Amino acid sequence: MIARFLLQNMDRRAGIFLAILLALAVLVPAANLLLPASSPFHVPTSTLALWGKYLCYALLAVSLDLVWGYCGILSLGHGAFFALGGYAMGLYLMRQIGTRGVYGNPVLPDFMVFLNWQELPWYWWGFSSFPFAMLMVLLVPGLLAFVFGWFAFRSRVTGVYLSIITQALTYALLLAFFRNDMGFGGNNGLTDFKDILGFNVQAQATRAALFSMTCVMLAAGFLIARGIVVSKLGKVVIAVRDAESRTRFLGYRVDRFKLFVFTVSACMAGVAGALYVPQVGIINPSEFAPANSIETVIWVAVGGRGTLVGAALGAVVVNGAKTMFTSGFMAPYWLFALGGLFVVVTLFLPKGILGTAEALWRRRRKPETMPAAEPAPAE
Amino acid sequence: MSFLHRLKHALVILVALVAASVASIAQTTDEAFKRLAADSYSDTSRAIEMLVASAHPNAAQIVEALGDGRLLAGPSDVVVKTTAGGFVDARTGQALGAAPDGLKPVRLNNAVRRAVQAALGGLGLLNPDPAKRIAAAEAVFKSRDAGLLPVVEAAIGRETDPPALKALRQAQAAILIARPDAQPLDRLAAVEVLYERGDQDALATLRALPGDATPALREAQAKAIAAIEGRLRLWAIVQNLWYGLSLGSVLLLAAIGLAITFGVMGVINMAHGEMVMLGAYTTFVVQELIRANAPGLFDWSLAIALPAAFIVAGAVGIAIERGVIRFLYGRPLETLLATWGISLILQQAVRTAFGPTNREVGAPAFMSGAFELGGLAITYNRLWIIVFAALVFAALLAILKLTPMGLQMRAVTQNRRMASAMGIRTGRIDALTFGLGSGVAGLAGVALSQIDNVSPNLGQSYIIDSFMVVVFGGVGNLWGTLVGAMTLGVANKLLEPYAGAVLGKIALLVCIILFIQKRPRGLFALKGRAVEA
Repeated sequence: MIARFLLQNMDRRAGIFLAILLALAVLVPAANLLLPASSPFHVPTSTLALWGKYLCYALLAVSLDLVWGYCGILSLGHGAFFALGGYAMGLYLMRQIGTRGVYGNPVLPDFMVFLNWQELPWYWWGFSSFPFAMLMVLLVPGLLAFVFGWFAFRSRVTGVYLSIITQALTYALLLAFFRNDMGFGGNNGLTDFKDILGFNVQAQATRAALFSMTCVMLAAGFLIARGIVVSKLGKVVIAVRDAESRTRFLGYRVDRFKLFVFTVSACMAGVAGALYVPQVGIINPSEFAPANSIETVIWVAVGGRGTLVGAALGAVVVNGAKTMFTSGFMAPYWLFALGGLFVVVTLFLPKGILGTAEALWRRRRKPETMPAAEPAPAE
Repeated sequence: MSFLHRLKHALVILVALVAASVASIAQTTDEAFKRLAADSYSDTSRAIEMLVASAHPNAAQIVEALGDGRLLAGPSDVVVKTTAGGFVDARTGQALGAAPDGLKPVRLNNAVRRAVQAALGGLGLLNPDPAKRIAAAEAVFKSRDAGLLPVVEAAIGRETDPPALKALRQAQAAILIARPDAQPLDRLAAVEVLYERGDQDALATLRALPGDATPALREAQAKAIAAIEGRLRLWAIVQNLWYGLSLGSVLLLAAIGLAITFGVMGVINMAHGEMVMLGAYTTFVVQELIRANAPGLFDWSLAIALPAAFIVAGAVGIAIERGVIRFLYGRPLETLLATWGISLILQQAVRTAFGPTNREVGAPAFMSGAFELGGLAITYNRLWIIVFAALVFAALLAILKLTPMGLQMRAVTQNRRMASAMGIRTGRIDALTFGLGSGVAGLAGVALSQIDNVSPNLGQSYIIDSFMVVVFGGVGNLWGTLVGAMTLGVANKLLEPYAGAVLGKIALLVCIILFIQKRPRGLFALKGRAVEA
């Protein structure tokens, strides 16, 4: 039944996307581990890590596309769910360090010894167990999204107001996590990880495995999001996006649909964060910065809002461009490029790369039929 | 030892004061100068006492120079090297072209330095300038130097200036209260004097009461301490209210333009903070131009910068509206993204043009300094910013209520399509509103340049707070913005002492998020069917 839910209405675009992900999951680690460094097809470990990061961002973008592209909720705080998932993973990785820290304390992480803490705070309990940590990766962002959404959607906070308070949410978390008293490493965050499930985080094989895992998770996230949007439930969600009041008058509990999609999306963002942390090797409060969350929105907008595949594509394209830009002599101009991207995409490419390409393709194939006029979204 | 030592100095000064009128000034100074040239520490100390006793008009200058190592002495002359590098004859106070030959600097050791300090304290109490006397009395109050009691008392006897007299009496009380040998009644009276002073220093002096005190004195002390603490706590609350008011007016300035554009056009301008930044940089440029071309106008620099900032920020705002926002009409979320992009571009443009570091914006004379009002320390720049915020608010209120443009803006806010049907050119109103809102942000930038760092990130630090004000206060009503800004400002500053700055802010953000659940359209929401789109 689950398989039917995930694979219903499979179209060519989704198929191609999944095939590419599968190929990446197998071929890239293989090219990294099995081929000698002299081979032209060898993938250096740095490239592997970089692409692993992009794919985490892609999963975050897919999760945001689910709420923004299909439900019309522009969340400017999705980075908060990403970072919370990352912190849950970070806590697990910190507990794995054991006595190998600078101070060699078997229980307390270095920064707690440094701050003269005597015992582990209660919210760190249980994080030495991997299954518990993974549960928290889903539960913490999910719960926050559920509580926040419960309040926000029930009292019909919509549009710009909702965007602003999601931004306030991530800003409040940013300030909170910067405090040393929170017990999450303050300004420096959590870093200096050693092991994950007994394997060295720095080792080439572990990195390759993490990369494969990220591909698989992205595929899974994509399938779940797609499963939701093509199901009957998805039809209602899209109706909420296009005409919220009308959907409500038809008898649907709009707030529950929104709450469901928002919570699922937050869990997905949490998983993305959890995969991100071991590959990057650090999690600190700057991940909560409101600017990060807005950047995520632009990935989705560039790739194509409401297409899922486009969101993943946008995340990879924009971050690839960022890496290219910020590593060369063009570095000072990256913000011009990024700012210009925001303006150009919203003005000239409202459907993003994928949406625009699709429209062009369709026009060439069937020049006689006009594309149906899209209803103006009632925000 | 030090106590006796100082007492000796003080007694010598006192005796000398009386003697000075009789003895020949010239004789004592001659003797003192001879001793200075003798190059022995004990002679130097003695010479200082004699100088003070001589009441020589240059005595303070000479002792001060001695303390700084700027006093040169020889067999025939004593010369003061001024801080500017010139030379002055110590005896006559006349400027010399060059130092005469054969002079050596007078050397100091710790004993001499103590003598210098004591002499300067005593000399300050007798300074002809009342302000200097008050400062000296303050110094005595803080040091509670028992050795200076006779000098203080002598000075009280001669004092005619009431504020100086008060300061001297407080200094006397501070010394007396700690003296076991003083009259019990005098010590009780001293407690009373300290209670009337009633600040942190008085509290510290009262707490330092030695263990020998009588029960009556103890009781008086406890009562005075409790009373002072209560009074200080009250003043602390008033002071926090004042800070809150000041923060509120800053928030008001930053948010009011945002509220107008959000009210009329329904779009959030994420580049609003950058308009504030542009206003601050305009102030910087105006000040640089004034410094380079007409330094005399510097005190007018802010007055010149105000219209300039309004025009610069307003013009950029209109350009943004005409160039980007009008094409996104009816898509508020896309507008939000596009304006965020513009804010990134503006930040980077300013960073490229002016560099990433903070720029120095000077304060004109009327903006610097502070004054005290009761237990309240009020800086002039904060005061002027509150006044300025009030003026801007009143001006905007007048524009909205009294001008045809304001009427049209209000009409568009209430019902855009109906307004359009009545013949209002909504596109023009949009552009003007955006220009006005941005211009006001520019004005805010001029004010903020006086209290905050002028850097490319200036706008970023205010934008989220401004959003909160707008969301809290509601749109379409300036009074909502006023109430929102003041509530947030005051609540922030009142929470700070209990929760700390960061936690207070977090608590406030959470409160606003919860508040929005109750009133999704803010405190002063527009009523009517048009609002629910």
